[in-house]
Amino acid sequence: MIQVTGLVKQFGPLVALRDLDFSVAPGEFVSLMGPNGAGKTTLLRILATLSRPTRGAVSIAGHVLPKGADDARRQIGFLSHQPLLYGELSAEENLRFFAQLYDLNGIERRVDELLEQVDLAERRRDRVRTFSRGMQQRLSIARVLLHDPRVVLLDEPFTGLDPDASDRLAGMLRRLHDGQRAVVMTTHDFDRGLALCDRALVIARGQLAYAARRDEISAAGFRETYSRVTRQ
Amino acid sequence: MSAYLHKVFAIVAKDLTTEVRSREMLSSMGAFAVLVIFVFAFAFDLRAARSGTTIVAPGVLWVVITFAGMLGLNRSLAAEFDRGSFDGLRLSPIDRSAIFVGKALGNFVFMSAVEAIVLPLFVVFFNLPFLKPLILLSVVLGTIGFAGVGTLLAAMSASTRLRDVLLPILMLPVALPALLAAVKCTAGALDDAPFELWGHWLALLTAYDLALVGLAFLTFDFIVEE
Repeated sequence: MIQVTGLVKQFGPLVALRDLDFSVAPGEFVSLMGPNGAGKTTLLRILATLSRPTRGAVSIAGHVLPKGADDARRQIGFLSHQPLLYGELSAEENLRFFAQLYDLNGIERRVDELLEQVDLAERRRDRVRTFSRGMQQRLSIARVLLHDPRVVLLDEPFTGLDPDASDRLAGMLRRLHDGQRAVVMTTHDFDRGLALCDRALVIARGQLAYAARRDEISAAGFRETYSRVTRQ
Repeated sequence: MSAYLHKVFAIVAKDLTTEVRSREMLSSMGAFAVLVIFVFAFAFDLRAARSGTTIVAPGVLWVVITFAGMLGLNRSLAAEFDRGSFDGLRLSPIDRSAIFVGKALGNFVFMSAVEAIVLPLFVVFFNLPFLKPLILLSVVLGTIGFAGVGTLLAAMSASTRLRDVLLPILMLPVALPALLAAVKCTAGALDDAPFELWGHWLALLTAYDLALVGLAFLTFDFIVEE
């Protein structure tokens, strides 16, 4: 579903990603971890078609970027650091607006369904700027799932959430793990990252430093390995 | 084509709804425009001969429209970048030009709303017939060029730290031919001068709109690419 080969991203003299190779299969949930500045967000923005690679090949759901970016976007749902919502619009207006951009049929039914799923049906007519961070994040998940994407990219979804909101979000992310979608999530939260994933990747200094299947690693062992590979 | 227009109007409707609720842009543009008119009204001696006022007034009108417009253009794109929602638009499977057309149309509507306040005030303060069809045509043509080119340049400057300074620096040289033509058209129509004497300025303004707004339409994709 996601295929990355020899990916390099440079910002002037700064090399953010160096020769990165990895792939994500349909139905697979990958947690991507690494220290700040390791290149996680840069990688996700390239996968989301928001940024162009300097070199290398990226393919999303069979569409090679950047040429196939328009088609790939129909298959991608991206949850960013920011909610990417309009504070002055209500929850349902936000979803309706993005549904129009995605040319969806049966918009009202889809909006109702998603608001129910993220427990915001009762606040559907309230402006998003009155929502808590957790509610905005839930609405963002609804925005991400609006067009039923085959590839879901989540950039540190737990940041700024209290424990209750984090638990609620984790439950939603678990439901994304439905055997159909490829999910890539960046996180600094090892426990959440390992609990949700099929495979854990560690990225350091723009390179893939470690990769292992969930059933091959223990939480304690992962911490030790993480410290080792990110310090090298 | 209808799908394209549907998305363009979704963006315009979103911008209008957001603005009607927040009143961030229109209130600052409107207040600025009214204050500038007051400043000019008191700075120039309105007791001067009518011809003297006529010479000054078209220029003053376009100074007000230009600076109030730049204020709005800056806010329109900066707000999208600040809250990250511009990425939401870029993530959508829509032609980048649809984002440009939607944002430019929105800016055109906001500028027109401010002009709807400004023009009657000019009639009151300068005691000149600003609400003539040919003046309105010049204002519409000038606003199309200004909103189109301004939307592109605002998108260029919005992601920079110096956007408040950068937009005027980029905008004024590029908009100069349109401003000059708009002032000449406004003056010609205000003076009831024969159309042959100033019609070429109207042609220049129209050509500017077609060329520069067309160029902005074609290059927006490249400009917003990271």
